[in-house]
Amino acid sequence: MAVAVMLVVIVVVVFCIFFLIPQWTGVDPATMYVGKTSDAAAVEGIRQKLALDEPILIQVFEFFKGIFVGRTYAAGGDVTNCAMPCFGYSFRSEQAIWPVLTDRLPVTMVLALGAAALWLLFGVAAGVLSALKRGTLWDRSAMVVALAGVSLPIFFTAMVSLAVFDYGLGWIDSGFVPFGDSPGAWFQGMLLPWVTLAFLYAAMYARITRATMLEVMGEDYIRTARAKGLSEPVVIGKHAMRSTMTPILTMLGMDLGALIGGAILTETAFSLPGLGQAVLKAINERDLPVILGVVLITSLAVIIANLVVDILYAVIDPRVRLS
Amino acid sequence: MTAPLHEPTTEAAPPAGFEAGVPEKAVQGRSLGRIAWERLKRDKLALGGGVVVLVLVLVAVLAPLITSLVGQSPYERHEELIDPLFSTPIGSFGGISSDHLLGVEPVSGRDVFARIVYGAQVSLLVGFASAVVAIVLGTVLGVLAGFFGGWLDTVISRVMDMLLSFPQLLFIIALVSVMPNEMLGLTGTGVRLFVMILVIGFFGWPYVGRVVRGQTLSLREREYVDAARSLGAGRIYILFRELLPNLVAPIIVYATMMIPTNILTEAALSFLGVGVKPPSASWGQMLSSALSYYEADPMYMIIPGLAIFITVLSFNLFGDGVRDALDPKGSR
Repeated sequence: MAVAVMLVVIVVVVFCIFFLIPQWTGVDPATMYVGKTSDAAAVEGIRQKLALDEPILIQVFEFFKGIFVGRTYAAGGDVTNCAMPCFGYSFRSEQAIWPVLTDRLPVTMVLALGAAALWLLFGVAAGVLSALKRGTLWDRSAMVVALAGVSLPIFFTAMVSLAVFDYGLGWIDSGFVPFGDSPGAWFQGMLLPWVTLAFLYAAMYARITRATMLEVMGEDYIRTARAKGLSEPVVIGKHAMRSTMTPILTMLGMDLGALIGGAILTETAFSLPGLGQAVLKAINERDLPVILGVVLITSLAVIIANLVVDILYAVIDPRVRLS
Repeated sequence: MTAPLHEPTTEAAPPAGFEAGVPEKAVQGRSLGRIAWERLKRDKLALGGGVVVLVLVLVAVLAPLITSLVGQSPYERHEELIDPLFSTPIGSFGGISSDHLLGVEPVSGRDVFARIVYGAQVSLLVGFASAVVAIVLGTVLGVLAGFFGGWLDTVISRVMDMLLSFPQLLFIIALVSVMPNEMLGLTGTGVRLFVMILVIGFFGWPYVGRVVRGQTLSLREREYVDAARSLGAGRIYILFRELLPNLVAPIIVYATMMIPTNILTEAALSFLGVGVKPPSASWGQMLSSALSYYEADPMYMIIPGLAIFITVLSFNLFGDGVRDALDPKGSR
């Protein structure tokens, strides 16, 4: 229920951004659908097809109805069909949005999931080690690297890695190749994006993990576990790690959701044909239907990721299971 | 003074400036501000970050003076310094010379040093101003939610939850891109800076609001608030004299952590082409144009990248130090 409300609110906000703000500032929203060069008749046609004169809430309703039953845009004798599930129709590129989304989503998902596997592995491990060896040389150097990692803009890291590993050393032949064409070339093309994205997040996760772990190790139940005579690996692995992972999972849910909606910066820097690149292009061209579609997918991804995280909480943290 | 028997904790600390009127020998208590400053003084990394931040602020404020000292303008084109065949600067390392300390831009030949100096203005202005927007909004709404509770709390909390799970970068890009080129008497870069500050600040307030609300909720149940109330203090008095002084520490910590994030967001927006546009100078925008030349002219990519890195790192070092120094649980 909360999920549905959330989605509707998000879509209303997007409609408002692209209808009300242009209207206040004296721009006709209909022109945004067809471009500046279009003639008055085309603009009028779009206005009728999209029912742009109707109140915003009616437009939002029509949009959601289209997802479930498909939608027909009609203006006089000119009819455009958009089959179910209709996430809108781009009158600029003359295509339905759903195929664009399903085409782009896999690239972004593979990027996000691959990077997430890397950053969870290295970020959490580095954070835990730092917390356990607090104040040692390892701890200090890991935290210096992590601080540098969170201070580097990702598009700069991306460009440097391209300049060094592709152009400079020639180790990697970057550039996106579809998996079906050549799995080897695809892997090479995804390697730098994965590592670059993972580096930023691993740095963030290492900092959070270390702070959480230090706090957890001071808790009473850790002392109890030690007092029971449990070995240190069991105390850390079975008791401390469980509550350390709770905030990490929360972050993971939000980060993964946001990334699936488009790792805009990474995709731009590496020219990956994912959702982020599509939405950036759409924003620059004011192609509202594409933007709406991507925003909806992103919001869905965030919500699904959070649901999965909630389930994982129960698996990891016994306190959640009890309540 | 090395090991006082009684260290005032957060809630017992008198408001800053209180100790000014007390004779030095009379009381051994130290204000929270002074404890924090003494801890911060011992944190060399944080102090180093703070010094770099100060230098950057000076550079941004004195940008016109600095560029006129080296005799360069960030907008003047030097096309005679550009290789007509490749559009890259003539000479090694991006055309570094005694005239052009950090070389010149590809294609236009504009002086990179002058553009970096002016870019500091953009980064710091957006970084600070949007943090101020976020903190004012977050503090006001967070205190309202936490102090008055009830339906007000429900509404504000729901809005915060919603904003936090928004795909933020997407909305920031969308909002910045639909803004007109002229508004409120501003034009071009002025409008874009204004809009960026408002939008980044707007998406930042829930982070502050959440913390402030939580702190307010726990503070208002403390004994000293009960004491004030039983002495007949009104809500307004309690709010401003009892609660707000104790919220200063978490708010300062959040502010110092927010500024570097905002600087990165500004750089990202300008990198994506929706923020500051040429000929105005911004580090993110420079990196964006360097994307086409990183093979032929790597210096042009490295210099603005390092500028962002050093700035954000200094703020982060300083912010970490401030956080540790203000942490009531900390012992350092």
